[in-house]
Amino acid sequence: MTARFGLPSVTGETRAAMMAAYCVARGSRGFLDGLRLSFRSLAPVKHAAPTLATNRCYSVSHLSVRERIEKKRKAALVGGGQKRIDAQHKRGKLTARERVELLLDAESFCETDMFVEHRCSDFGMEQDQNKFPGDSVVTGSGRINGRLVYVFSQDFTVFGGSLSGAHAQKICKIMDQAMMVGAPVIGLNDSGGARIQEGVESLAGYADIFLRNVMASGVVPQISLIMGPCAGGAVYSPALTDFTFMVKDTSYLFITGPDVVKSVTNEDVTQEELGGAKTHTSVSGVAHRAFENDVEALLHLRHFFNFLPLSNQDAAPVRECHDSSERLVPMLDTIVPFESTKAYDMLDIIHAIADEREFFEIMPDYAKNIVVGFARMNGRTVGMVGNQPKVASGCLDINSSVKGARFVRFCDAFNIPIVTFVDVPGFLPGTSQEYGGIIRHGAKLLFAFAEATVPKITVITRKAYGGAYDVMSSKHLRGDVNYAWPTAEVAVMGAKGAVQIIFRGKENQAEAEAEYVDKFANPFPAAVRGFVDDIIEPSTTRKRICRDLEVLASKKQVNPWKKHANIPL
Amino acid sequence: MATRSILPPPTRLLFVLLKHAPFQSGWCAINSKAQYSTAPNLNEKTFDKILIANRGEIACRVIKTCKKMGIRTVAVHSDVDANAVHVKMADEAVCVGPAPTSQSYLNMDAILDAVRDTKSQAVHPGYGFLSENKEFAKRLAKECVTFIGPDTHAIQAMGDKIESKLIAKAAKVNTIPGFDGVVKTPEEAVKIAQDIGYPVMIKASAGGGGKGMRVAWNDEDTREGFRFSSQEAASSFGDDRLLIEKYIDNPRHIEIQVLADKHGNAVWLNERECSIQRRNQKVVEEAPSTFLDSETRRAMGEQAVQLAKAVQYSSAGTVEFLVDSSKNFYFLEMNTRLQVEHPITECITGLDLVEQMIRVAKGYQLQHKQEDIPINGWAFESRVYAEDPYKSFGLPSIGRLSQYQEPTDLNNVRVDSGIEEGSDISIYYDPMISKLITYGATRAEALTKMEDALDNYVIRGVTHNIPLLREIITHPRFISGDISTNFLPEVYPDGFKGHQLQVGQQRELVASAAALYITAQLTFQNVRGNLRVPSIPVESSCWRLSAQLGEQWHDVEVNKSGPIYTVHIDGERVEVHGQWNLASPLLPLTINSKHRMLQCLSRDASGNIVLQYLGTSFKVRILSKLAAKLNAYMPDKVPEDTSSILRSPMPGTVVAVTVKPGDKVAEGQEICVIEAMKMQNSMTAVKQAKVKRVHCKPGETVGEGDLLVELE
Repeated sequence: MTARFGLPSVTGETRAAMMAAYCVARGSRGFLDGLRLSFRSLAPVKHAAPTLATNRCYSVSHLSVRERIEKKRKAALVGGGQKRIDAQHKRGKLTARERVELLLDAESFCETDMFVEHRCSDFGMEQDQNKFPGDSVVTGSGRINGRLVYVFSQDFTVFGGSLSGAHAQKICKIMDQAMMVGAPVIGLNDSGGARIQEGVESLAGYADIFLRNVMASGVVPQISLIMGPCAGGAVYSPALTDFTFMVKDTSYLFITGPDVVKSVTNEDVTQEELGGAKTHTSVSGVAHRAFENDVEALLHLRHFFNFLPLSNQDAAPVRECHDSSERLVPMLDTIVPFESTKAYDMLDIIHAIADEREFFEIMPDYAKNIVVGFARMNGRTVGMVGNQPKVASGCLDINSSVKGARFVRFCDAFNIPIVTFVDVPGFLPGTSQEYGGIIRHGAKLLFAFAEATVPKITVITRKAYGGAYDVMSSKHLRGDVNYAWPTAEVAVMGAKGAVQIIFRGKENQAEAEAEYVDKFANPFPAAVRGFVDDIIEPSTTRKRICRDLEVLASKKQVNPWKKHANIPL
Repeated sequence: MATRSILPPPTRLLFVLLKHAPFQSGWCAINSKAQYSTAPNLNEKTFDKILIANRGEIACRVIKTCKKMGIRTVAVHSDVDANAVHVKMADEAVCVGPAPTSQSYLNMDAILDAVRDTKSQAVHPGYGFLSENKEFAKRLAKECVTFIGPDTHAIQAMGDKIESKLIAKAAKVNTIPGFDGVVKTPEEAVKIAQDIGYPVMIKASAGGGGKGMRVAWNDEDTREGFRFSSQEAASSFGDDRLLIEKYIDNPRHIEIQVLADKHGNAVWLNERECSIQRRNQKVVEEAPSTFLDSETRRAMGEQAVQLAKAVQYSSAGTVEFLVDSSKNFYFLEMNTRLQVEHPITECITGLDLVEQMIRVAKGYQLQHKQEDIPINGWAFESRVYAEDPYKSFGLPSIGRLSQYQEPTDLNNVRVDSGIEEGSDISIYYDPMISKLITYGATRAEALTKMEDALDNYVIRGVTHNIPLLREIITHPRFISGDISTNFLPEVYPDGFKGHQLQVGQQRELVASAAALYITAQLTFQNVRGNLRVPSIPVESSCWRLSAQLGEQWHDVEVNKSGPIYTVHIDGERVEVHGQWNLASPLLPLTINSKHRMLQCLSRDASGNIVLQYLGTSFKVRILSKLAAKLNAYMPDKVPEDTSSILRSPMPGTVVAVTVKPGDKVAEGQEICVIEAMKMQNSMTAVKQAKVKRVHCKPGETVGEGDLLVELE
């Protein structure tokens, strides 16, 4: 059941089944109220919301089919009814339909399964007032800036958005079609969890969705926007999608809620601390970005969608561009500081070279020593990866490797060229990193860059030391175009460390260091070997990359046949 | 970058023209990029190589003239300035030490080594740093290197504010009443102040300009002023002597530029009106002054020349006067160097002051007689600073200039700067970005040009004072010439709040934002190439939107036909026409047939558009009708309570922390002192409270917004 995924049973099976949705809900008054409202309708007719009851207590017999269709449509449009819509608004949340309307182009939404109802007949669920046309999810297809997309939006006003068999079936239907057509799927999650009354049917529904998430992975982009609770087993659907975004203060993601946490580990933790937007965007790395509220989240999602190709059969989209591909960026000539120990902001470089200075950063608050995100170069979407010298000197560690690897693989799966900016002093040393498995996690980034067959352009801005040099989309990993700025230093390690090893015990370390700097702390050793294709003036970087991307647009490279590779997970 | 700045081409205008120049006020328009009416006489041998002991715009300014005169140049720089513009412009460059000025630009040993190593024959000191340091001039003389400036004794005589007044008095120059001596202790300061009678002004004797100047209205102020000024004096000049004198209320600050040679000749090059000041630092200057009649001008000029002659002054110098409302003028001080605001004098007289300084230093006689000096048209200078004008008319800000574009493609505009796109404005040096100079045949023409130039100036990455500059130069009081040194506090008694939009202007702004929003929306739909799944863009030429400006929401209807947008805002029609380039920082628009240069500062996916309009940046939020309706359900998020949190308003160094955890502080009590760009800023409690935690300690560097102290 929802609350117990991956957790040893601590309560009786029955109770767990009954309480699951409640468990995850505790701690959020607003949410709890919502659920209470939903469950009130489980009670006999007299407890049902009066407005709803009047609406629904029609006599079927003397209505024509046409009238019944109209009635059902009308009912579907109000979901759980005005009272619950008001409650949803009061919590600062929009309804499922409002969200869809805002996300999609005006009048582009084609709804499917508006007449689907749940099939549960236990606990009084079969009664009329407990049937809602469309059940607790709105599904269909539509357009974002003219481009096709499939959407499901869970309706918290109907049984707290809980997942019934019918609910899952609706989602699966649009996912199947999205894959056949080749168009992305966006899920707007706002659900209390499994429909407890349905028991295993609900669980089966989750699994059906999970399977489709997995099948669609790498076929069409999948995006989850968490706009309310998403707990228990339900969290695995967003986790399987390519991007998970959250709404600040109103969305939560966790396997088990604060109550269960308290009873199992005796930790006192609030819902927000445990699974709020801040936690997941900065601590766990589960979510890729968070937005202030529903409206901002949906508008940003529209914006984000523009970057993505519709499927793995499509090239990265090319959009009208007002920014000259020949534009020089003089500020880059002075951005790398005089002293090699001084930091600068990699984002400054990315903003300066991207079309219209626009960069959609993915995971801006997590593993900040690596920067990843989408930009456009002469209108074409590219994935940008850059070490961030401002944070932990831009070193690679466990989190940044995993963050980078996942992003690179997404780009490769969806034909998005990768531009990599390298200023990396190496992998972060220390017991916590070694014990944490930096070897296998670092290998993920190496793996991702090596297997990627999309156009790969690499610019070494300053340090490219040691194994990290190899990892960061080096020539050796099939980089298509590798540049070095005049400030680049490609070496096994920094001068000081190298000299201590090479000239151990010798006097005059300073002189030796100067010699080493002269020999290796510059782009020549790599350039003479052809490991970088050219040493370029930083101000010409944008121009060069735009030209290269134009040429590489027809690049074809195929990896050997395999069932699938075995990335070191 | 250097090539983008103004390098005056040799001009054909002959010097004789100048004799009749007052009747030829249109000359500068003839050749907009040449401010100088004389070309250097290349047969007149001066120096082979000059070292410029300065940085930033003034170093660049001097190098430009040197190049024109065929003189090779040597730049000195600190390590962080290795890539600076002045270093790139010079023929040679020498690093003279690390970033702090006391170890680099004030480091006489290193600079003298650089002079020797490069075999420079002369040194131009610019302004600030070593420009009025007699010790430096003396040591150069010992090395037989020419100091491009006055002789040591003149620097000494005028550098000492007390001695200079005695000399001025003797030379029959009007001096300020209540003038007194050197101050050692706070008690002495209070006694002197009482003798003079409040208000009095306290400043460092060695300091030039307004830096470190403080006004005291009572004994308490005097003690505080003494403490700050002596600290500042010590840290900036290595000389903690102070000066206290009568403070003239509501005065104008008008100064006379003089130029003298080593043969006893001296001329005055008219006045500069420098009354617009904040914290006694000049912000906007103009030449000539609207206030002076030719009689007063001559009287001031003649007294200035008398003073120059009295100290055997040679080179360019400035005699500062305070002028009261009855046109009485009092000698304030003489600056024995090139002034920051010298370009406006160059604009109206046609002289290249740096060229003249170099000639004079070599021993040549002045080329000009007093009757040769014209007033040609009018010139303004705006000091563009990296500072936040909304905090006490300007607190320093730092950052990297991510985008930077000077309005030099406009005619009659001169920009003196020492930075370029990518430059770092650091805490180590003066936060001046540039001097923006405009000129014209009339004051109105020069002022309009200044408006255009400010609107066309692209600065991104640091907070700057263009909003304030533009408000000043368009203020009715300024336009009418009704100004004094109290202009800013009088016009903005509650602090500067940016441009206040009138209803018509609000509509213009909203219409521009709405049109830009639609432009962006349309490009989002414009996906290129053969698409496997065809795109179905929303075809429309009419959009209904909602726009938020401040707290107000407006109904907006946009109709588009080609590049012309017709926007109805709350039923009122505005027509906006322009080059809609989403990549350009500048938005040249025609709004209701008026040309307006707007700037797009930022644009985001949720409809927030920040536009710079009439100098000030305004945030407009544009949403579709639907989004606006739904946005009403979005909760207002409560911002953090800041009254119990003291954050650093600017980057700088913590000089002193005067409280410790557990202390009770009163409202307005000093909590700590932050030094930034050589200014000491006292941070005070905004309410009575107990100190909960102290997050900083003396000597620490803090960034803007860093938490300093938490109160309970």
